[in-house]
Amino acid sequence: MEFFLVTALNSLSYGLLLFMLSSGLTLIFSMMGVLNFAHASFYMLGAYAAYQVGLFTGFWPALFIAPILVGAIGAFVERYGLRTVHKFGHVAELLFTFGLAYVIEEVVHLIWGRAPVDYRVPGSLDFTIFTIFTTQYPAYRAFMMIISISMLISLYLILTRTRIGLIVQASLTHPEMVEALGHNVPRVFMFVFAGGAALAGLAGVLGGNLFITEPGMAFAVGTIIFVVVVFGGMGSLPGAFVASLLIGAIQTFSVALDYSFLNLLQSVGLEIYKDSTFYGLASITLSQLAPVLPYLLLVLMLIFRPSGLMGKRET
Amino acid sequence: MMNFTKNNVGWVVLVVVFLVLPHVFTQSFALSLMTQMGIAIIFALSYNMLLGQVGLLSFGHAVYYGLGAFFTAHLINWIAAGVIWFPITLVPIFGGLCGMFFGFIFGIVTTRRPGTPFAMISLGIAEMVAASALMFTAFFGGEAGIDTNRTAGGAMLGISYGPQIQVYYLVVAWCIVSIVGMYAITRTPLGRMANAVRDNPERAKFVGYNPTRVRWMTMTLAGFFAGLAGSLYIINYEIVTFETLGILESGRVVLMAFIGGIGHFWGPIIGAVLVTFLQSALSNYTEAWLLYFGLLFLVIIMFSPGGIAGLIAKHDPVMKAGLLKRLLPSYMIVSATGAVMLLGFISIIEMIYHVESAISGNDPMALFGVMINPSTLNPWLVILLMFAVGTALFVKATRRVGQVWDELGPDLQSKGVI
Repeated sequence: MEFFLVTALNSLSYGLLLFMLSSGLTLIFSMMGVLNFAHASFYMLGAYAAYQVGLFTGFWPALFIAPILVGAIGAFVERYGLRTVHKFGHVAELLFTFGLAYVIEEVVHLIWGRAPVDYRVPGSLDFTIFTIFTTQYPAYRAFMMIISISMLISLYLILTRTRIGLIVQASLTHPEMVEALGHNVPRVFMFVFAGGAALAGLAGVLGGNLFITEPGMAFAVGTIIFVVVVFGGMGSLPGAFVASLLIGAIQTFSVALDYSFLNLLQSVGLEIYKDSTFYGLASITLSQLAPVLPYLLLVLMLIFRPSGLMGKRET
Repeated sequence: MMNFTKNNVGWVVLVVVFLVLPHVFTQSFALSLMTQMGIAIIFALSYNMLLGQVGLLSFGHAVYYGLGAFFTAHLINWIAAGVIWFPITLVPIFGGLCGMFFGFIFGIVTTRRPGTPFAMISLGIAEMVAASALMFTAFFGGEAGIDTNRTAGGAMLGISYGPQIQVYYLVVAWCIVSIVGMYAITRTPLGRMANAVRDNPERAKFVGYNPTRVRWMTMTLAGFFAGLAGSLYIINYEIVTFETLGILESGRVVLMAFIGGIGHFWGPIIGAVLVTFLQSALSNYTEAWLLYFGLLFLVIIMFSPGGIAGLIAKHDPVMKAGLLKRLLPSYMIVSATGAVMLLGFISIIEMIYHVESAISGNDPMALFGVMINPSTLNPWLVILLMFAVGTALFVKATRRVGQVWDELGPDLQSKGVI
């Protein structure tokens, strides 16, 4: 029970972090029809920016400054990069973001080196907030959840209750009509891209010190958020939300569970001999399988339900 | 350059170049580099069967390459153990068949939809295979990989594959066979239908062809050549690890094909040669080579989506009309100003790298043969000025090139070459 509760809380905080990333990715996808390979790079930039800004100002101002910086970089990338490539079609756009991810990783090498940087949880949040049975739950994780949830609620309110959100939503579905009404649709796109990048940056600020801030972090999380977005249904925010929590839970739980197919067979009274060909295969534990599970889900989903959990259109 | 494929002259030149090269560059470094290039050419061309010919953007092509390498590694080990007899020279066929088999299997589920879904599903499969490779250590050898001995089969007709030069000629032979084979495939009805499916799947359907089927068959064939390249990889290196079928390797072949140009059959050949060369040569000189590499890729996507081959082919009509000399002056100005800009840019990057590295941060450094001290201000001012002036002039020069092209337009039309 204790294990279950703690793991559930951890998977919730991780899932919310994933959603902060995938919500931006989903919005950008609905807008341009292109999956942004560099999205996780903005996450990494957020973590590094928070580290660098934090050296001068401390954690709290960095929490606000770093996402704004990353958002500005995002706006620049859209305006001077993606918009130039747009006329060459989707493949070129996809490959542009792919190359950009490469370049951003190398720039991070250039500025901060290849080793992890010392980006830590701030002292003011480094305490135990409550104790479940015997496990002390860190306050920073709780803080992370609060920030994510309040961020998501405000995103939801902006998108559904304000005039800006109205124009953004209309631009996603009917860009020509919105243009005819006198709005600058390319500029709307730029702001959505910047907003998505800023959200990813915020996720980086929060995740960078909880996990580890190093040049490989973009690559590690990048493919996972693709899985989330495709699994939830491309362009569907609710789908991305459900998928984020689900993938977060699968990843967190499977790493901690040491059961294998062998155990399952044993529990119903079947035994595989050690010299059997299938012994090796059957003795692979769930925790060993953990890195494969998300991709397995992705492939299965694309085969059987290409529109994803809640997607309306085929990817 | 268009004549390259029209007459047979191009083919003869290709073969002669392959055979003469090892006599020109005799160092062992050059020989192993050229061997790698040959393998990369097959791999990049097989990738272009997907992206260029049938329009499938794959991020997991190294799966077939890597699996071909692993299966071949086990085959060679069997040969060494005397379990079966098989000449090493023909081993690549086996690797090709393995790649083909997996292309066939994965093709069933992936080829139904082109575009983004295919890209995603290929990425998913690549991640899955790479992660599984670490799980099944008996077959993939875990982190250490599988090693073999290419001389295991013993010498046949005096060929033992001990010396690198013999491996080079083996790669060349298979490379020529593969290039001819893949070129021939583009001329078959299947190759033509692949182009039709790429451009307009609906119309292809109306003509009575099943687009999924065409994609599937193309993917199976592409798997064959990727597996063949993987076989040559293991013969060359005698070791293969899980990284060979990983995402980075898949990414590398995307870069090769795209930098070379996916719109022309011979584009990926240029890309494979250039990328392999940059990878080996640049990495000896600078730590930042991956950065230059990524930037080159971005520049090509932004300004020349047809790749290098597209740039060259653009000049075909001008060459035919004999007007190339009118372009040359403006090109020379562009190259000169571009060189200044590039020199400035590279210097900036190298100086930052030098300053950032903790070991030598405060020492003077050699930059293009000039000793400078980046911890003082002066070199920075000179370099920044050079970069700024170079960029300004370069932008101006490219505008001039655009003007010349515009002026050429009517003349080209009147000569009837476009």
